[in-house]
Amino acid sequence: MKKILLLICLSFLLIECNSTDDVEVEKISVSLQFEHFWLASPLTASDLDTFKFETKNGDFLKIERLRYLLSNIYLINDNETFTFSDYTLIDLEKDDNFTLQLSEKIVPGSYQLKFRFGFKDDDNIDGAYQDLNTVNFNVPSMLGGGYHYMQFDGKYKDNNNQDANFNYHAIRAVDRSDPNNLVYEDTSFEVDLGTLSFISNSEITVKVNIAEWFRNPHTWDLNQLNTVLMPNFEAQKLMSANGKTVFSLGDIN
Amino acid sequence: MKQAWLYTFSFFLLMNCTSKEEENYTPVVYELKIPQLFKEKLINQIVPANNPLTQEGVALGKKLFFDKILSGDGTQSCASCHNPQKAFTDNLQFSSGIDGKQGIRNAMPLFNLAWNFDEKFAWDGKDFSLENQALEPVLNPIELHSDWKNVAKKLQNHSEYPTLFLQAFGTSNIDSTLVTKALAQFERTLISGNSKFDQYLLGEATLTPEEQNGFNIFMDEARGDCFHCHGSDNNPLWTDNQFHNNGLDASFSDLGLGAVTGDPADNGKFKSPSIRNLKFTAPYMHDGRFVTIEEVINHYSEGLKPSSTIDPLMKKVNQGGVGLSAKDKADLKAFLLTLSDDDFVNNPDFQE
Ligand code: HEC
Ligand code: HEC
Repeated sequence: MKKILLLICLSFLLIECNSTDDVEVEKISVSLQFEHFWLASPLTASDLDTFKFETKNGDFLKIERLRYLLSNIYLINDNETFTFSDYTLIDLEKDDNFTLQLSEKIVPGSYQLKFRFGFKDDDNIDGAYQDLNTVNFNVPSMLGGGYHYMQFDGKYKDNNNQDANFNYHAIRAVDRSDPNNLVYEDTSFEVDLGTLSFISNSEITVKVNIAEWFRNPHTWDLNQLNTVLMPNFEAQKLMSANGKTVFSLGDIN
Repeated sequence: MKQAWLYTFSFFLLMNCTSKEEENYTPVVYELKIPQLFKEKLINQIVPANNPLTQEGVALGKKLFFDKILSGDGTQSCASCHNPQKAFTDNLQFSSGIDGKQGIRNAMPLFNLAWNFDEKFAWDGKDFSLENQALEPVLNPIELHSDWKNVAKKLQNHSEYPTLFLQAFGTSNIDSTLVTKALAQFERTLISGNSKFDQYLLGEATLTPEEQNGFNIFMDEARGDCFHCHGSDNNPLWTDNQFHNNGLDASFSDLGLGAVTGDPADNGKFKSPSIRNLKFTAPYMHDGRFVTIEEVINHYSEGLKPSSTIDPLMKKVNQGGVGLSAKDKADLKAFLLTLSDDDFVNNPDFQE
């Protein structure tokens, strides 16, 4: 009996020890915020619906709707990953959805920040996400189903200086040359923002430069590519290429 | 001493009263009959925490919805403009209120309202929540044209209503808040999800080649491109419940959402209606300008009018639209009609 008591006492002591060990490194919380820009100018909901942006090609445009999907947003440290979100839909019209919080606190140190623009094929499951179905973010099954990566809509001044519509909709590229044998190419892409080190609670800012969609490496000509881009295999690959410079690391506070 | 007795006696009487109220106040939870596709594809419907659905509340709401007592002169009810046989609209371009006055908007069909997640009701989204919306028709001079004090008084003096309110809400003190709560409860039960197309998605029906082609046009960005706003096989609401200008006019006599937000960029925007139940809901659009589905399709195909707020999804506006072939138009119509739900308009739970 005495022994048992001793054991219990000891185990409490040990537990104590353990927990003090943990306390020495105080864990921190990390959040992630998305800030939008057109080149160097901040872009918010109040910049929608007015002609005020010029593309590299010299097309003058206004943005009326901009919604895009990011998935697998996480920090990685050796083999451990810490997830901000499995997927999130950012809608420029709603200023309240641009901040993500890491679900658990982490030990200070160095981590890589990664996320994916759109869904990779494995995650791009037709009809599987109720919140995305509810806001009509689906891709028709004739194009392979799944979800949009981005819906970016607005107007540009065409060659006759008349208003014309554009629907810069990014999805998984699909080649429909042979309707009985659709060929897909996963045009979602991973964004790796490098290794960041945190010593205390931190807020990471990711800068999203919308102008890049029309800039680099392909100079986008809205007079050529404006609407009906979803079924356009080549256009989807161009979007995917241009998207890679859209996201960059901002401040960490 | 006698006084003391009297006090105790009346105290017990009062006690009795309250406990009797409490005894009666056991409304039974009402379980919404949610279609399988809604459960699979959509996030949960909205039922406010302060107005849970109960069988007594829904039954009371239904009675009120059909009762002309809500109008100034006892000649109209909600159902006068929202007829269950017509998917809860009427077939008029503009409905007349009790004084014979007409508005400038087409009466809206009522179904699947609990899935309007932003809870913005009316063509221009001016009414937030079903409870608030229901305040309006009673007052509106072109609708029921009464006032709430008067309505509450009439209901209070009625032989049945005080008991029904007691059973539904635990009080027989009738006011506009409780009346609109009951109406909203009934409205949330109006669910339409059993059309031929739903059955097709569930493997219980087959589409004709024309209907199938019509669906493909609806989903094809190069032809109909309707799905970006009106839902799809993955969104059984068949609307996004958002506000757009679908190119009806080059200038606007009715500003729609713009009048509500005060933002000129919203001028000419109206809520995308669900395209369920078109078989019953003619005429179409916020001002009921189109009498037939053909006219609607012709509008999207070649009748688009340019304006600064026209939705970017409207293609080839300068040519009036994408120009569908006659066959594509006919097939698109055939598909649209597969979304009509006869069970809904004939559901005995929804008839007077
Ligand atoms: C005189 C005809 C008339 C009567 C009576 C009437 N309504 Fe309506 N209702 C309309 C019209 C017209 C609209 C569209 C209003 C607008 O957009 O400005 C409408 C819109 C609505 C909507 C919005 C639906 C949506 O999807 O946004 C609801 C809900 C509604 N009515 C419920 C009621 C209720 C409840 C009553 C009875 C208390 C009632 N109505 C009485 C004509 C009527
Ligand atoms: C940009 C979004 C958008 C697209 C794309 C769109 N619509 Fe609409 N639709 C609307 C809006 C908004 C209204 C209501 C407009 C109004 O009344 O002012 C509407 C109204 C309708 C109505 C009338 C329903 C009623 O109850 O009055 C039908 C039918 C319809 N659309 C079918 C279609 C079809 C078919 C297509 C494809 C050819 C299509 N829509 C494409 C937004 C859209």
